[in-house]
Amino acid sequence: MAAQKKYHSAKRRKFINNTIVHIVLGVLACIWVFPILWVILTSFRAEQGSYVSTFFPKSYTIDNYIRLFTDTTILNFPKMFMNTLIIAIFSCIISAFYVLAVSYCLSRLRFKLRKPYMNMAMILGLFPGFMSMVAVYFILKAIGLTEGNLIRVALILCYSGGAGLGFQIAKGFFDTIPIAVDEAALLDGCTRWQIFSKITLPLSKPIIVYTVLTAFMSPWLDFIFARVICRANSDQFTVALGLWQMLDMEYIDSWYTCFAAGAVLISIPIAILFLIMQRFYVDGMSGAVKG
Amino acid sequence: MGIFKKRVNDFPTPWTFTKAVKEGAVETKLSMLLMGFGNIVHGQVIKGLIYLAVEVAYIVFMAVNGVHFLGMLGSLGTEPQREIWDEANQVYIYTKGDQSILILLYGVATVLLTLLMIWAWKGAVKSAYKAECLQKEGRHVNNFREDLKSLLHENLHRLLMTPPMVFIFLFTILPLIFMICMAFTNYSKIDNHLMLFDWVGLDNFAALFDSSSILGSTFWSVLGWTLVWAFFATFSNYICGMILSIMINRKGTRAKGFWRFCFVLTCAVPMFVSLLIMRTMLQPEGAVNVLLRNLGLIAQDASLPFFTDPTWARVTVIVINVWVGVPYTLLQLTGVLQNIPGELYEAAKVDGANAFQTFTKITLPYMLYVTTPYLITTFTGNVNNFNVIYLLSGGDPVTDLSSTAGKTDLLVTWLYKLTIDKQYYNIGAVIGILTFVILAIGALFTYRNSKSYKEEGGF
Repeated sequence: MAAQKKYHSAKRRKFINNTIVHIVLGVLACIWVFPILWVILTSFRAEQGSYVSTFFPKSYTIDNYIRLFTDTTILNFPKMFMNTLIIAIFSCIISAFYVLAVSYCLSRLRFKLRKPYMNMAMILGLFPGFMSMVAVYFILKAIGLTEGNLIRVALILCYSGGAGLGFQIAKGFFDTIPIAVDEAALLDGCTRWQIFSKITLPLSKPIIVYTVLTAFMSPWLDFIFARVICRANSDQFTVALGLWQMLDMEYIDSWYTCFAAGAVLISIPIAILFLIMQRFYVDGMSGAVKG
Repeated sequence: MGIFKKRVNDFPTPWTFTKAVKEGAVETKLSMLLMGFGNIVHGQVIKGLIYLAVEVAYIVFMAVNGVHFLGMLGSLGTEPQREIWDEANQVYIYTKGDQSILILLYGVATVLLTLLMIWAWKGAVKSAYKAECLQKEGRHVNNFREDLKSLLHENLHRLLMTPPMVFIFLFTILPLIFMICMAFTNYSKIDNHLMLFDWVGLDNFAALFDSSSILGSTFWSVLGWTLVWAFFATFSNYICGMILSIMINRKGTRAKGFWRFCFVLTCAVPMFVSLLIMRTMLQPEGAVNVLLRNLGLIAQDASLPFFTDPTWARVTVIVINVWVGVPYTLLQLTGVLQNIPGELYEAAKVDGANAFQTFTKITLPYMLYVTTPYLITTFTGNVNNFNVIYLLSGGDPVTDLSSTAGKTDLLVTWLYKLTIDKQYYNIGAVIGILTFVILAIGALFTYRNSKSYKEEGGF
């Protein structure tokens, strides 16, 4: 009898615990999802302006999305989109190759500059990222890349410039591929290049996807570099800069709902990419910590 | 720390530079003057010619520009831009004055190029000595085609590492050195030194450390807030992320995937978008205040001073940083948490430990042990966390109008304001250097004292 009572009370306590946890999670989830919901609602709002008196819009419309792509007089969103796409594609190719090459070398090959290189990467990582940004601007200006369409080249160079320093996650992944595979290939007469291109890379699809996607996303997400390099050249703006511009004092009243629409539009592909990568993100992370 | 230990050469080679100088034959010694000579004598014609071409290119560059650049580096230019009345055309024309910034840039680049050249020169001598030794021993000397082939095999690292290194060199190291040089000049809008500036030694550092001046007092207050922010931002995210992760992953929780999706959704939205949304929502007339008014929690015309009151603003940025950062922490910690050996928890349960005790006695020590490197990088990242502060509060509110920084400005955002808005490049560079010094000391210290460094692979 007593044992049964104890069993019951334990069960009840467990039930109460579970309920509390679920309620807390529910509340937290609401807090986390609320701003996203709000921006989606705003993007369909018919009333203009950033200040509203109600949470839900009074009437709904898709004009904001249409305007974003048709009204190109002040803020040329399609052009910004194309700029960012071009920059993203090229910098993605360059930096993905760099990251994979460097991490493969550091993981598999043993050479004299290996340790110094890794220490150097650690030290450079401690400097404030854009401390050098002003200097980068001067260098690009000295080469003549800060005018007109060449700004795109400048931005591509900027985004892929430091790629060789971000090797940690990919290196952690390469470290987990058994070294015996390489040795077997060496015995069979493969060169190191063949091992890299024909064995290691095909075995590392997850990390390649991860590297490519992160490299592809960074121009869409970066704001500061683009701002420093583009300055006032509004025809070379990237999407991030354009969205920032829409919240400027001058534009905010007429462009606020369009900002929300733009934010939703670039969030969708990035959210999809992110959900794809999430797996590799976790894997890479736990690998890096263990390594 | 490994960096400061005397480096042991793991890759001994019989063909060292000193040996080449001491024991090399005539042609090897001659390659010290005429790079590649030794190689040509020993049959590596193309390689030798490439070395020679490098030398010639360097000498031509130095003769045409380099020496001039180096000479100007001392004074950084003296000729100001002048306005001259052109009689013939009846207009004012401007003479081209010296531009110190370009002189400094070219000077630094020339110095780096010279260092590179010295390295190539050592390489040439070593290579000549190697060819000499190999031929003397009657072994095979690689021809050019074989050299190229070796790039795909034993020298693959050269092939793969060179292009990234060139980029790092151009876009990270060169700018950094350039910026560090700026810290020792008077390149700023003060006294109109934007075109012409001079070396001033440690004056900028002295100005920043002088706590009686407005700049000095701003520096100390910004530094204090930066450290407070980094501490709270790192640990609030860490602890909250861990608790959330435990709550989602505990046995009794249903629909784990759904909960995880809810939180991960926010980090799928680009960070600058969610930060900008947050900023507009927290404005005096923004959504949050409207919601609170509609719910009757605050008066109809009142609004909470999220970014207008210093204390409110500071708490707000930390709280919002939790909102932005916890999903990432959740993603990263979930894997590590699942690696904690289950026996530990079972043992604790048998001993009658409650949930809180299990957390503080098992989960937290284990996590701290495994994730110390991660914590250090997060802390570093938070000290340099430009995005959250700049996009959320922009450093506001500014309470003291004479200072250049607001109450939520970090060292990095202040650096940005000083360089981009105010054009005090020299002070900005000093702040960058100091940030680095603080971070480097902090990182070395915590890393050395962390358990995972002292007893590798324990627990």
